Amino acid sequence: MLAFVIRRVGQSILVLLIVGLVAFSMFRFVGDPIDNMLGQERTIEDVERLRAQLGLDQPFPVQYFRFLEGAIQGNFGVSYRQGREVSEILLERAPATLELAFVSGVLAIAIGIMLGVFTAIRRNGATAHIIMAASLIGVSLPTFLIGILLIYLFSVELGWLPSFGRGETVSIGDWWTTGFLTESGRKALILPAITLGLYQMTLIMRLVRSEMLEVLRQDYIRFARARGLKERAVNFHHALKNTMVPVVTVIGLQLGAIIAFAIITETVFQWPGVGLLFINAIQFVDIPVMAAYLMLISVMFVGINLLVDILYVFIDPRLRVDRTGGHS
Amino acid sequence: MTDTQTNQAAPPEAVDKSLWQDFRESDFFYAFKRSPVALVSFAVVCILVLSAVFAPLIAPTNPFDPASLNLMNGFTPPLEPNAFTGDAFLMGTDDQGRDVFSTILYGMRISLFVGASAVLFAMVLGITLGLVSGYFGGWTETIIMRVADVQLTFPSILVAMLIFGIAKGFTPVEYRDQMAIWVLILAIGLSDWVQFARVVRGATLVEKSKDYVAAARLIGRSPWAIMLKHILPNALSPVLVIATISLALAIIAEATLSFLGVGAPPTQPSLGTLIRIGQGFLFSGEWWILFFPACTLLALALSVNLLGDWLRDALNPRLR
Amino acid sequence: MTTPVLSIRNLSVEIPTRQGILKPVDRVSYDIAAGEILGVVGESGAGKSMAGNAVIGLLNRPAHIAGGEIRLNGARIDPLEGEEMRRMRGKEIGMIFQDPLTSLNPLLTIGDQLTETMLTHLPIGRKEAEKRAVAALDEVGIPGAKERIDSYPHEFSGGMRQRVVIALALCAEPSLVIADEPTTALDVSVQAQIIALLKRLCRERGTAVMLITHDMGVIAEAADRVAVMYAGRLAELGPVREVLTEPRHPYTHGLMASTPLASQGQTRLHQIPGSMPKLNYMPDGCAFHPRCPRAADKCRTAPAPTLTDGRAACWFPMVTEAAE
Repeated sequence: MLAFVIRRVGQSILVLLIVGLVAFSMFRFVGDPIDNMLGQERTIEDVERLRAQLGLDQPFPVQYFRFLEGAIQGNFGVSYRQGREVSEILLERAPATLELAFVSGVLAIAIGIMLGVFTAIRRNGATAHIIMAASLIGVSLPTFLIGILLIYLFSVELGWLPSFGRGETVSIGDWWTTGFLTESGRKALILPAITLGLYQMTLIMRLVRSEMLEVLRQDYIRFARARGLKERAVNFHHALKNTMVPVVTVIGLQLGAIIAFAIITETVFQWPGVGLLFINAIQFVDIPVMAAYLMLISVMFVGINLLVDILYVFIDPRLRVDRTGGHS
Repeated sequence: MTDTQTNQAAPPEAVDKSLWQDFRESDFFYAFKRSPVALVSFAVVCILVLSAVFAPLIAPTNPFDPASLNLMNGFTPPLEPNAFTGDAFLMGTDDQGRDVFSTILYGMRISLFVGASAVLFAMVLGITLGLVSGYFGGWTETIIMRVADVQLTFPSILVAMLIFGIAKGFTPVEYRDQMAIWVLILAIGLSDWVQFARVVRGATLVEKSKDYVAAARLIGRSPWAIMLKHILPNALSPVLVIATISLALAIIAEATLSFLGVGAPPTQPSLGTLIRIGQGFLFSGEWWILFFPACTLLALALSVNLLGDWLRDALNPRLR
Repeated sequence: MTTPVLSIRNLSVEIPTRQGILKPVDRVSYDIAAGEILGVVGESGAGKSMAGNAVIGLLNRPAHIAGGEIRLNGARIDPLEGEEMRRMRGKEIGMIFQDPLTSLNPLLTIGDQLTETMLTHLPIGRKEAEKRAVAALDEVGIPGAKERIDSYPHEFSGGMRQRVVIALALCAEPSLVIADEPTTALDVSVQAQIIALLKRLCRERGTAVMLITHDMGVIAEAADRVAVMYAGRLAELGPVREVLTEPRHPYTHGLMASTPLASQGQTRLHQIPGSMPKLNYMPDGCAFHPRCPRAADKCRTAPAPTLTDGRAACWFPMVTEAAE
């Protein structure tokens, strides 16, 4: 168990080092950072001073090491476009994205699992068939179209909900801002959260359904039925638990995907989060912001993967190191 | 060696005929005829692809020819004559008086071109890397499959965005709009090769251990000849399925990137770009500028997707 | 005469398909008394498992009971549905499946699975259930039952798992146990132990057992009476010693001749020519006639009789012959 965790942590660090290398190469080789930072009016002294200040006169590995050192301390340099510390901008934007991702993640997981279980247990019912047909369209529908459709319906036609922004926010502590505490904040969250969560929800639902149908065919479910266990116990205690083993991995990956897909949703709804920041950075080739976002999201992805792997071991006793077995 | 070659190379017209007959009599064709979903989605795909290819012939106007535009025609609703000029348009016009129907046809050309090229690129890259890693093994395999694993942990749309951003950074500013389409193909293609590589590698590992491959090796055929002539044909049906599903994903990816403003430039608008433009008119009531491109994209993505789904069930390869 | 625990009369199971109605079980009748082990033999597809599933109400749709009666301790159970049938399962009828590796839920400890079953059926509390779970494991011969109660199925060997399965099937003290090929998936060395265990437990508790198997050796060792099934129909039914030594149905005869029994010391095994007919291609007359060495015209036209002299469903049963 401990060996497994150590090995996985090692792999994760390796992945992060590689991603760091990519991010650093972007920073170092895409365009000339000096050009980007100083603009047209500059003196040779300025250039030399900045070159030394950025450490660009050092050999490559030293530069890479310094970049990593900075990245670990949250120092990604200065945005070309905004002229502010990248870390400061990210920190300011992070709460919006995290709140959005959290709400849509919870929505997607809760509703996705419920619908998946429902369609598996009632697999011949009319409702289940309708849900399945709808989900097929949901999978083919690009996220941004869903967003536009919702805006058209609930903002343009009905005028119930705002179509952009985060509403009023309240500051908590030094840097966290939340939209949960005001009515306009909660209202503004509804449409983006549905847009972002819908695709993941259909995905989770379809996965839960197919895994559950597979599990319901297993011998141990027949045996549980043959022992006269209540239908509820068979479905929820015996079948659902086994269904969740493969599903947990995918849900973990989906959580990462939610952060990534937030880019699209944030653009549609002009949600002031990290994703919108990233898209603007790409449009204006703001390399430090891009590099920082890449590092940030990698840490998140790798962290989630690691967590899922460890969680997996807790759910499935077969993966736990045998008390009698000879694992070392 | 000469024997096998002569056996394989029958006269071309005979091959054509028997292949066509084989196809008509196959279970595959039978299943296709019997599936309404497959027939309808295939028909929709055909109509859309043909109208994109022949856009210059079908489109009433060339939306990119400034001479054909009349600003007076701006914001004409569908099928209503314009108040000033009296011109009527099937799907209305946008703010600059461009015929929406024509822009959709031309936009679909770009969407399909980018989608198909990206899938082709991903396919060639994936098949090559899959064959190499499966056939040669060793550290080549380790490196390729590790990269694939790492890439697979990130959603492909994110990878495509990053590649687009990096490639854009490398392109000199004055060429950025011109190069955008090619950068887009590169980005989407690079984000999508892993599936192909995995399937082809799997098939290669299976076939490599079989006797006929050993025999071909013994008589001194080159590794590439063995890979392309003997191993690759075994992986074709899963590759075809993945290619179809990838095409739907690539079209959606292109539309998404263009919608986000990091794809096709306004000078060469794809369906995604058109939707981005149309979204601006959502609140002012000119719904058609958004509605028709959105429906076209939806029809395209949905029919290719359904076709891919059906193909997967029909060919039933064990996809991993 | 006491009522038998299980009494099946003219039981038919049908599966409607596009090619017509299939009859995997066709007018089968037999009884099992308390403490008795009835061996049900036949090739795969002969309908022996299907009959067992019909009794416990676990037929997979669209298969369904199409006729006949099933009585448990005198009361009809075949019309029971849903919740009523569920209460019978486990409490009155236990079932043991073929493969112990797949019969146990891999994510629940065996203690959990035992207590859950007992709490469902018996009016006892959790403490008592846990105590009984240990006792049940002890009884099926699992060493260190108290420590192993919290183990997961994968921590046991195949034979040990089948013991757990038996404990699970018997933990609510059912009056009937259906054992569907309980030893087929096990090592030969373990098979005899499991059979002996099953036999001992049923004798002690007076449980009736339907032992479904294709293994004549198992039948010879465990069963009191034997029912031979062929293509959905009962071919022969009788006390195990008589059926094994003096088979009357030509099929049973062929089956015996093709089974390597230590006692007989044959050098060559007999083969029955051909194979059992598919359910959708049933021949006219007696289902066995295309393979039967004794088939006459009557067998080709008239369906076989239903158990004529109480032993064999055959127009020309084999009466003890001096030499073969």
